[in-house]
Amino acid sequence: MADAVTNLEELKRLAPPAELRRAPVVEGKPSLGALTDKLSKFAEGKTPRWWWILFIPAAFAATVIFPTCLFYQVFTGVGVWGNNHPVMWGLDIVNFIWWVGVAHAGTLISALLFLTKQHWRTTIGRMAEAMTVFSVMMAGLYPAIHVGRAWFDWFMFPVPNSNGLWPQFRSPLMWDVFAVNTYLMVSTLFWFMGMIPDFAVLRDRSTTRIRKTIFSFLAMGWTGSARHWHNYEKAYVVLAGLCTLLVFTVSSIVGLDFCTAQIAGWHATIFPLYFVIGAVFCGFGMILVILIPLRKLCGLENIITKSHIATVAKLTLVSGLIIDYIYLMEFFIAWYSGDPYEKWVFGHRLFGHTYMVLGWMLIGINVCVTQLLWFKKIRSNLLALFIIGLLINIGMWSERFVIVVGSLYQDFLPANWGKYLPTRWDIGLYIGTLGAFFMLYLLFVKFLPVIAISEVKGAMPEADPHHKLGGAKTGGEK
Amino acid sequence: MSAPTNEKIYGLMAEFDSPAAILHAAEKIRDAGYRRWDAFTPFPVHGMDKVMKLGNSLVGWVSLAMGAGAFLSVVGLIWFSNAFDYPLIVGGKPMFSVPMTFVPSYIMLILGAAVGSLLGMLGLNQLPRLHHPLFDKKRFELASRDKFIILIGAQDEKFCPTETRKLLESVGGAHIDIVEDVD
Repeated sequence: MADAVTNLEELKRLAPPAELRRAPVVEGKPSLGALTDKLSKFAEGKTPRWWWILFIPAAFAATVIFPTCLFYQVFTGVGVWGNNHPVMWGLDIVNFIWWVGVAHAGTLISALLFLTKQHWRTTIGRMAEAMTVFSVMMAGLYPAIHVGRAWFDWFMFPVPNSNGLWPQFRSPLMWDVFAVNTYLMVSTLFWFMGMIPDFAVLRDRSTTRIRKTIFSFLAMGWTGSARHWHNYEKAYVVLAGLCTLLVFTVSSIVGLDFCTAQIAGWHATIFPLYFVIGAVFCGFGMILVILIPLRKLCGLENIITKSHIATVAKLTLVSGLIIDYIYLMEFFIAWYSGDPYEKWVFGHRLFGHTYMVLGWMLIGINVCVTQLLWFKKIRSNLLALFIIGLLINIGMWSERFVIVVGSLYQDFLPANWGKYLPTRWDIGLYIGTLGAFFMLYLLFVKFLPVIAISEVKGAMPEADPHHKLGGAKTGGEK
Repeated sequence: MSAPTNEKIYGLMAEFDSPAAILHAAEKIRDAGYRRWDAFTPFPVHGMDKVMKLGNSLVGWVSLAMGAGAFLSVVGLIWFSNAFDYPLIVGGKPMFSVPMTFVPSYIMLILGAAVGSLLGMLGLNQLPRLHHPLFDKKRFELASRDKFIILIGAQDEKFCPTETRKLLESVGGAHIDIVEDVD
């Protein structure tokens, strides 16, 4: 026993200095009860004015601009967009990849960081998952209307029909149908299952009958019994593992759509990885854009701490560096292959006058601006991070444009060359999906538990039965 | 106040303040020989599954079964649709080969396993349920906040309103209360 004590003192002596210690998950050392009050306050309180100021324009875009552009296109035909020979994939596919990309960081944060036991992710996981669910919804819409005759979408599903036709399962476009739908369903399940214990918290706190009824139904009779938690934790681990697989699958399949084609600029084996990392990078940008204002507006500064935001910034930097490496490889392989068409396409990404602005935006933002995140000063400056997040979203959008349109508009035969410019219906639909995304997100922030209440409480030292704060007689700071 | 008869009692509940307190109380209740009891906590208390001897959760198996089922049925579907019902020649490749089925069936494995883990969790927890006798107790609402509650069921062979109450008192339980059975 004496040995153990001296070891403990030895450990205390060797403990790292304060600035090197891991930051606490939640700042301000609130008690479990106070923490519950704080985390559920926003879903229960009066709707603040800023919410309406953000919600009304988003709702206008979602309920007026969005259906107008959508129905006009469906009733008239794909011709209302700028898509035409040879650029048959225009903004619709660019935005599809962009939205799928935004989704990926959410899954990465909520699933992969759960499996690696990063406690800080408990505070931002729910917000990230919601981002995933809503952006996959927006992504899934594009291919469905891009086919031109949206009323034949059911052809894509293996449904027995009077035509006696079946889908062709060797095509990556067919795999996309499965991948995107599965992604939507699994991320929704994961999001919903994570919320069940928090619905129970809101049920138990509710003061009005209507709230009690709604949250009782949503919580499905959750009691928080040890047996419930036992099965729940297992199911959560399994779902997290499956979601992690999806992070690497969905964008890979989107990448396969491109690399199985013969077009110069698409026909490269790096594409699946390229799209996965690009997706994660873009998603981290979106997380920064969403988290930084929301933590302030919802009064969650002690929960989503600056150290968490800085960690997200570090992950953004890591994924940005991988993206930079892939850019380098793409250009290198185009040169090294000696293929004149490849060389032409990649040369024109940066020096062809039609889309060179987007090509340089890609380099300027994704390669140069990202390097700012090396500096601690930038990582702790919220305004700078917010702007960098916005820029990354723009940079990744231009990357997708450069890949899709930049490879299509000048292919093998000069007689076949053309140009693509988005029309107002292309742009209107994009604005509409952005509006729908933010409208859904704001509704989520207002009505659902925006932070995983039980998970954050479980990550506190008060929740550890072997910690002094958890009621144990011995043991203390870890 | 007359004591309710044994048939009407669902169990006895007691409240604890910290995860450590409920963990130690649970150890003592288990050592006293009780079997039908449960702990209600705002978050999973680590070590509780060992104390309650819950073993390994079966959710993983439900998930595996549904995932494997989805995987195999999609392989079957692809064989049926592209090789049997409407043979389709694509690029001169065989009508059916294992690699071509991999991606869609793998994705459906993920979907099947995910649905399996949610349904498995709900099924094993006997959810959704509309009511639980504990929901009638005002103080039970704190079990999702910052209190830790133990319930010893009246169904337990060793259950006795007076003896069990004494045990709960001795392990440090507060607000000990009878939970009535609604049925």
